[in-house]
This record gives sequence, structure tokens and C-alpha cells, in this order.
Amino acid sequence: MLSFFQETIVPHFNFWIYVVIMMIGLWSVIAKNNLVKKLIGLSIFQTAILLLYVSLAVKEGATIPVIESQVLAGSAHTEPPAAEGGKKALPVINPDGYANPLPHVLMLTAIVVGVATLGVALALTQMIYKDFGTLEEDEVLRKIKALHDDV
Amino acid sequence: MSEHFPALILLAPLFGALVIGLFGLRDHRVCLPATLSALAVSLFAAIALARQVATGGPVDYFMAGWEEPLGIGIQLRADAINSLLLIVIAVVSLLAAVFTIRPAGERDTEKTPYFYILFLLLAVGLFGITIAGDAFNVFVLIEVTALSSYGLVAIGSSKRCKVAAFHYLIMGTVGASFYLLGVGYLYLKLGSLNMQDIHRILDADGTLHDTRAIRTAFVFILVGIWTKMALFPLHGWLPNAYSYSPSGSAAILAPLVTKVSVYVMVRMMVSVFGLDRLEMNVDWGHLVVWLAVIAIVAGSMMALAQREVKKMLCCLIIAEVGYMVGGAWLGDPGRWGITGTLYHILADALMTSCLFLAAGAFAKWLGVVKLDDLSGLFRKMPLAATGFVIGGLAIIGVPPTCGFYSKFYLIRGGIESGQWFYVAALIGSSLVNAVLFFRIFEIAYFGKNPVASHAHGHGSDDHGPHDHTHDEAPVVRREPPLHALVPVLIAAALLVLLGIFNGPIVEFIRTGLIETAKVVSNG
Amino acid sequence: MKAKIFASLSVLITGAILLYAVTDFPDFGDPGSPPNAGVPGGAPSASRYYLENTYRDTKVPNVVTAVLADYRGYDTMFETVVILTAGIAIFAILRVLRRDDAPAAPDPDPARTDHTIDGDHHRIIVGTTCRIAAPLIQIFALYVVAHGHYSPGGGFQGGVMLGASFILLALSGSLRETLTRFSESDYMRMAFIGIVIYAGLGLLPMWVGRNFLDYGALSGLFMTKGEEMARSHSMLGVEIGVAVTVMSIMFAMFANLSTRGRLRGGL
Repeated sequence: MLSFFQETIVPHFNFWIYVVIMMIGLWSVIAKNNLVKKLIGLSIFQTAILLLYVSLAVKEGATIPVIESQVLAGSAHTEPPAAEGGKKALPVINPDGYANPLPHVLMLTAIVVGVATLGVALALTQMIYKDFGTLEEDEVLRKIKALHDDV
Repeated sequence: MSEHFPALILLAPLFGALVIGLFGLRDHRVCLPATLSALAVSLFAAIALARQVATGGPVDYFMAGWEEPLGIGIQLRADAINSLLLIVIAVVSLLAAVFTIRPAGERDTEKTPYFYILFLLLAVGLFGITIAGDAFNVFVLIEVTALSSYGLVAIGSSKRCKVAAFHYLIMGTVGASFYLLGVGYLYLKLGSLNMQDIHRILDADGTLHDTRAIRTAFVFILVGIWTKMALFPLHGWLPNAYSYSPSGSAAILAPLVTKVSVYVMVRMMVSVFGLDRLEMNVDWGHLVVWLAVIAIVAGSMMALAQREVKKMLCCLIIAEVGYMVGGAWLGDPGRWGITGTLYHILADALMTSCLFLAAGAFAKWLGVVKLDDLSGLFRKMPLAATGFVIGGLAIIGVPPTCGFYSKFYLIRGGIESGQWFYVAALIGSSLVNAVLFFRIFEIAYFGKNPVASHAHGHGSDDHGPHDHTHDEAPVVRREPPLHALVPVLIAAALLVLLGIFNGPIVEFIRTGLIETAKVVSNG
Repeated sequence: MKAKIFASLSVLITGAILLYAVTDFPDFGDPGSPPNAGVPGGAPSASRYYLENTYRDTKVPNVVTAVLADYRGYDTMFETVVILTAGIAIFAILRVLRRDDAPAAPDPDPARTDHTIDGDHHRIIVGTTCRIAAPLIQIFALYVVAHGHYSPGGGFQGGVMLGASFILLALSGSLRETLTRFSESDYMRMAFIGIVIYAGLGLLPMWVGRNFLDYGALSGLFMTKGEEMARSHSMLGVEIGVAVTVMSIMFAMFANLSTRGRLRGGL
């Protein structure tokens, strides 16, 4: 039991956390009856995925992926200018010192997508509320059935 | 210029949407010319690109010029698998756009420009998904497609379409998120998002593909894509979303969105995981083929139970998705199954387009929504009804329409891989389709009671007086206007053409399929 | 009850499949994991390339900005298109236009909506404070947009802040007053102009035969010495385009959602 804890959970705790959050979100998407609660669940679900990606970017002891000016300036001083074209030599950057930039970029996209989806979904819930006077899914479906018999 | 065709295909509709946004909101006359010309440019670029692929092999386009090392930029890739689909997307969206032309007298609404913007953005998304060579880029464009389709479904005025769009949104977002999770697991294990690069990494290390992470990644990508394409247990959103949306929206949504999702699945199988590696896991293939068999049976059963034209067509889409998923996973050594799937994607897009355009015309100009009201259709709309019949024959699989040949290749794959239940389901579903469509043809041709349709004919008030006093009276012929009739007939003609020229098309796809696998493995 | 059992089962299965793969994964914070360093024995991953070479390629110290706006600029363009699509979809769903639905709800008394807790006092204190704060927020937002090359920030963040400043004005004062400054036709047009800036800047390199979004070709336009600085400048242009679109759509979403598409009355 302890070894399972030490080998599986501790080094991978980020995955366990994200899976639990994702399950909470997905559960409320499926099980909740209220449309707004479903949307809250959907947001939690999407946020859990953001957490997964961002936790991939972490490196032990690394800082944010903005190269410090000292690094850029320092190397410009120490390295002699290259002969041709008078270009300064390029700084040597240690990639292990900076967090992985790619997942951040990807998740910026996913955040935007989440916001956009939520906005459209809220617009739809407003229209549903205006048309049916309720946000409970079963009541909406019942009222739609009633419409159906009319046609 | 010729090297920019891959980008031009989707930039044209994007700029079309921007032109409408900047000028069309004030002056609605801009909308339609901008839409049509943008899609025409896309069609031209798609045809030119397919010619390039046919003569020179796959075409790569590196966005922002970041080519080396592979995977730092975003790659577009056109090859034999997708170049024909690009043409079909352009054709179908162009037909749907022509269908939405409003007659001179008809009042257009303030929301018309927004419809066309969403329409073009949907086309951008579909082109982008099809040509993408980057797994994450596919996700972004899936979302462009999805958001514009929610808008297109909900833009109608009925109360039902809002609820349908909401369910579509929930299912679509969960599906896309599953896809994103799958891509995340791939990235976690392989450190790359470029499809070609992932394939190369999997090739370099023969043990990687059998790890738990990669298997899970594949499962989640598949489940996500299946939700998007409405494979049977995940199909709940489809019938309502497509049948309650306006006719113009349904004419582009129904033929293309599910088919492009099927294409994404095939692309993932061929270019990311590799068919050779998939064929090692035969049990998985059997499992998916069983799911497909269930989908085919369920879709056909549901179609039998429907009484509305569009709902029935939607159920047929669910069955057709079953054909394609099953065909892709047959795993027969000759690869006829996956070839048949790729051919069927093209065929089914055109068939669905033809049927939905015709059904849209019936609904709009005859006010016919239910099957029983179709009586006397041949006398009222002989040409449009002929288009509908050709579409129906294609779905049933009657030669020389393309439906026959695609089923032929799928069945050949099924026989060669020994999946007898799949073959039986295909044939059974064809029989069900025959029953369904001959029932419609019977009502439409021999139907005795044209009066019933007049009672529902509230969509047509600008036509001449009709004699509806007794049954035997000759019905006034009133074809839909030319702009609605021509797309139906073009789609029907294309169904026959695609069937007649199935030989070279399938040959093109097959060489591409084999070549893609080879090039990727060596590259 | 049946729905809940079904939900629990499907969620548990999903979670179990996701966790099944966990033992296979790199440890948390491992610099040598495949995303961070590349597959063992293979080529280094793209992220490693970015960290090592971004400054050489683009002269931008903030690697995230460079990857966002240059290496994966194509994704970012469509990300902006996603925002635009959402704005258009919300508009198409909600907006009540004069010619469409005749029985529009009666215009609520404009004075009534502004008097909430204690009438004018509330409005004076909160409204004045927010009106003073709004330009400061906007200036900071412009800084965030412009300084995205050197510090965390960029078009999305700055754009959201700009949008938030208008939302603040609408919340504290009245939507009607804010709409006189940033009207519907303005924000709709600006939403499209943002993408025109982005895609147009990407289109320019095609003029000289380079690929879409290949800003290196713009060194003549920006009169820079090398292609690196042209890339750097173009990224600023692109970020401005993103910010314009995001700002407009954020405010459009708020205006439509808070009034159910009537753009009158509101919260």
C-alpha cells in the first residue's frame, strides 16, 4: 500500500488531481438536470484538461519561459563579436532553466475556446429560458414533446 | 502562386467572411456574391491542388516557413487521402450556398449576413481540418467548425432548434475535449504534435506504440471523434440538430461535418498510428467493427421508425457512419476496407447533400415535412423529385451511382477480412434503405391524395391558384426556383459521375494510401 | 436516479482508463520528460528548440509570445477566429433586431435600471470611481499588449482587459451610456478589423513568394536590418489585431448576454 502510494501517486500527483477534477466536471455534465449546472460542469471538465497540459510544462527548479536580460546581455559581453557581418554572438541558453513554453501556448488556445463555447452556451440557455420558462432539462423536454403533438 | 494552394483553400472563405463582416452588415447585397466567389476560389484551389497531388505526390505547406526541424511550425499536408475530400467539401458548400439564394421578392432578414459569415467560417473549419498536418491544429479547427455549426443550428426561429443546439454543444464540447485529452497523452509520451513527426517517433522506437499511454491516447482520440461523428451510442445530438436547423444550414452541416470527422479518424489511423501497427492489434479492430455493426443496425431501425423526411435522413447518416467506421477498421490485407471508407466519405457527402437539398426544397416550397405528405410529388416537382430519387438510389446502392461501388469495396474488404456480420449488416441495411425509399417513391408517385399536402402547403403563397377540390384533378406543376433546383440536379449528376469514374478515383486513393504509409515510414 | 447511476459508471470508467496510463508517465517536474526534452534517443523536442533558438530567430525574449505569434501563429489566428465565431453566433442567437421579431419587449424605463440601492448616491460614487479607473485600466491593457515580447502578456490578455474596462463602465454606469461611446456598429466592425490585421499581415509575405504568416519577408516593410527584427515587429502587429478582436467580442458578449439581445436596460 505504501509503496503504491510512493511509486504511483506521489511522483504523478498532478495526474491524479486532474483526473479527479475531470471526473467531477464530467459527472455534473451527465447527471445534473439544470442546464446551467451542466455548463458549470463543462467548464470544470475543460479546466481539468488545462491543468493536465500546464502540469506537463513544469520543470524542477525552472523559471518562466522569458529569457532574462542578464543572460542575453551577459553572453553578449563575454563572447567576442563574430567576424562576419559584425553580428554579436548568440547567447547560450540552458533550456532546463526555463519551463516548457509549448503547453502554455496550447492552453491559451484551449482557454479561449472554453470561453467562446461558454458564451454561446449561455446565449442558448437564455433563449431556452425565454421560450420554455425553465432551465430544468426534463421539463424542457416535456414541453418540447407537447409542442410535437401540436404540429 | 501555385505553391500557395493549400493555404488559399481556407484563406479564401476566411477573407470572404471578413468582407461580409466589414461591408455586408450594412449592405446585404454583398453577402451572396462574397460567399459564392470565396467558395469558387476554394474549389479552384482544391482542384488545382488535387492535380498537383496526382502528378507530383503529396504537397506540404509549412505555415510561417518553419520547416526544419519538423514539428516546430504547423504543417499543412495534401495527399491522395484528403485532396478529393477537399474538392467535395468545396462542391457541397457551393451547392448549399447556391441553394440559399433568396428569390427577388422574398424578404431577407437582418440576420442574413450573420448566416453567411457562419456559413463561410464553417467552410474554413472543414477545409482546415481536412488539410491539417498537426494534431493540435485539428482541435482548433474542430472548434471553429463546432462553434459555427452551433450558430447555424440555432439561427432558425423555431423553439426546438435552440434545445437541439444546446445538446449539440454539450456533446460536441465533450467530444472535442476528449480529443484534446488524447492529443495531450500523445504529447506527454512523444513530445510532438506534428502527425508526421509522431509517426516517425513511433517508427524509431518499436516498443513505444504498445505502451499504456499511447493506447489510452488512441482510445480517447477515437471516442472524441466518434462523438463528433455520431457513432451509435454517442449519436443523440444528431437527428434533432440537423432536422430542426434551417434548410440552408442543414444542407452544409449534414453532408460535411460527420464525414470530415470520419476523415479525421482515418487520418489518425493512417498518418499518426500507422496501419501496420493497428493491424497488429486485431482484437481492437474486431471490437470497433462490432460497434459499427451495432450502429448500422440501430441507424437503420431508427430510420424505419421515422415519419419525417429529414429525421429519416438523419438516421440514415447514423447508419452510414457505421459503414465508414467499420470499413476503416476491417484490417483486411488488401486494404479494400479503408479504401472503400475513403471513397464512401466522398460518395456519402454528395448523397446526403443531394437528399438534404431536395428535402429542403420540398419543405420550403411545398411545406412537406412528413413522409405521408409527399404524395403527388412527381407531378408537382418532377425534376426535383428525380434528383431525390437518384440520391435515394445511391443510398440504396444501385449501379451506376457511387453508392453501389462504395458498398462493393466495403463488402470486398469485409469478405477478405472474414467479417461476415459486417457484410450482413451492410446488405441488410441496403435492404432497409430500399424499403424506405421505395415506400417514399410509391407515396410520391402513386399517392392518391394530393389534397393533404395542400393543407400543409403554407410555405408557398406566391404561386398560382390550385385545384384542390377532388383527388383526380391534375396537380399544377410547381418546381422550386432555379437556384434551388440546379444544386439538387448537379448533386444527382455528380453521384452518377462519381460512380462511373470510380475506377480511377479508387486507384488514386489506393496508391496514395500505400505511398503515404511508405513515405511516412521512410521519412 | 437512473441518470446518476449511469453518470457515475461512465465517469468512473473514464477516470479508470485515464489513470491506467499514469504509471507510464514521466514524473512531475522532470526536465527530461518527452515534452520537455524529447523522446529518449530521438531528436530533441520542439520545446527545446524553442527555448534554445527563439532569441536567435526572432529577438523576442518571451518564448511563449514568440511561439504563440510566430511558430504556431496559424493556430493563434484561428483561435482569434474562434472568438469571432462565438461573438457572431451569440449575436445570431440572441440579438433582437427591429425588422425580425415585431413584438419586442417594452423598453424598460432607463432611469429605473440605474437606481439600484440608494439612487443617485450609489451611482455617483461607484460611477465616478469606475469612470476614473477605466482609462487607467485601458492604459495598463495597452502596456500588456505592447510589452508581451518581454514579459508575460500579449494580445489576448490585453484585449480582455480592454473589454473589461468597457464592461466595468457598463456595470457601474449604464449600458446605454457606454454604447454611445462604443456602439454596436463600432464593435462589430472592430471585431472583423482585428482579424483583417492578423490575416492581412500574414498575407503580405505571400506577395513576395514566401509562405503565409512568414513575417521574415517583411523586413523591407518595417525597414529593419534582419529578418529577426521584422518577425519581432510583426508579432506586435499581430498582437494588436488579436487585442482588437478580443476586446470587441468580449464587450459584445456582455452587451448581448446581459440584456438578452435587446441592448436596452440590462443589469
